[in-house]
Amino acid sequence: MEVSMTVNGRAVSADVEPRTLLVHFIRDNQRLTGTHVGCETGYCGACTVHVDGKAVKSCTMFAVQAEGADITTIEGVARNGELHPVQEGFWERHGLQCGFCTPGMIMSSIALLDENDSPSETEIRHGIDGNLCRCTGYHNIVRAVEYAAAKIRGEEPPPPDWERET
Amino acid sequence: MYGDHIEIGALVRHATTASSDVIKTHATALSTAASLTGDVQVRNRGTTCGALAHADVAADQPAGALACGAIMVARSSSGTREIDAADFFVDSLTSALEPNEILTSIRIPKVGPGEGSAYDKLGRRGGHSDYAVAGAAAWVKTSNGTIEEARVAVTGVGTRPQLTEGVAEALIGTDGSDSAVREASEKAVDDITVLEDLYGSEEYKAHLAKVYVGRAVKAALANTS
Repeated sequence: MEVSMTVNGRAVSADVEPRTLLVHFIRDNQRLTGTHVGCETGYCGACTVHVDGKAVKSCTMFAVQAEGADITTIEGVARNGELHPVQEGFWERHGLQCGFCTPGMIMSSIALLDENDSPSETEIRHGIDGNLCRCTGYHNIVRAVEYAAAKIRGEEPPPPDWERET
Repeated sequence: MYGDHIEIGALVRHATTASSDVIKTHATALSTAASLTGDVQVRNRGTTCGALAHADVAADQPAGALACGAIMVARSSSGTREIDAADFFVDSLTSALEPNEILTSIRIPKVGPGEGSAYDKLGRRGGHSDYAVAGAAAWVKTSNGTIEEARVAVTGVGTRPQLTEGVAEALIGTDGSDSAVREASEKAVDDITVLEDLYGSEEYKAHLAKVYVGRAVKAALANTS
């Protein structure tokens, strides 16, 4: 089947088997391998992308269901070589270890901050509870999102945990 | 909205059920259950009718649909039939849909004066996250401070999401005070085969059912207009 959509601002189209999942279309057909396959069952969130502005697990959609949609992947998040505040937060606040969950975490965090730019810790943890991480225990991911939220609001982010007294 | 009921079609996403003013007003328990279903990404794609047809043992929206008195509209090549929510959740992952039927919509009676519903749960990951370890939905109709009608449903504790008739009967005629609710909630697992699973023993599940039935009923009473 022919399918056409916009991916990171570029119009793309291809002939795919109807059963091709959106995540496989993005990775194998579009060669954008930043979006990861963790569970392929809609649980872990490593495959999270934005479809028409909404965070979606791309393993739960067929590519053909995204016909005409506007897709953003992790590769499309930085602008003009500058990191998105959320990417900067993961860098500055050590929000990753192995990095496998990270693209999905970033996509979910961006969607969260788009809705609410001053989330509490509870709101952050709830807002990303569709994304699983086996390395970090989520602590520094939360810190990364708090950093990004501050930056987005134009405020000075809180200092990192390792620079605070106790 | 149609006259005396609202209709939720097959492609309505959980996020829509959760945020729609119409659904929040007329099917509060279902709307809250939708807001607690899955996670952000799942709620952006998953559908309410899909969740109901899937009939998971520990899903949130079936409990909401039961409490709200939903009527399921099933369609096949031979026509349409309506199934009461009370008859819809037959067993684990088994709905009353025939193999050649699809669920095309559900209809829920609009709320009238003195009516209110609510849903609450304990999620597998704590708080509201993940499937229900135990969840309860309640709908009440009050008049002059007395509960005239009630429907209470539980999920996550038995073989299927189901109504707890004993609780509803015990609430009718009472004033909905804390003690009346507590007494009625004691019947939360009276007609139910409680199953233990990875998240709780039979005793724990039975206890949680009573706690969450109590919370849901109190919240439903608070939601009456």
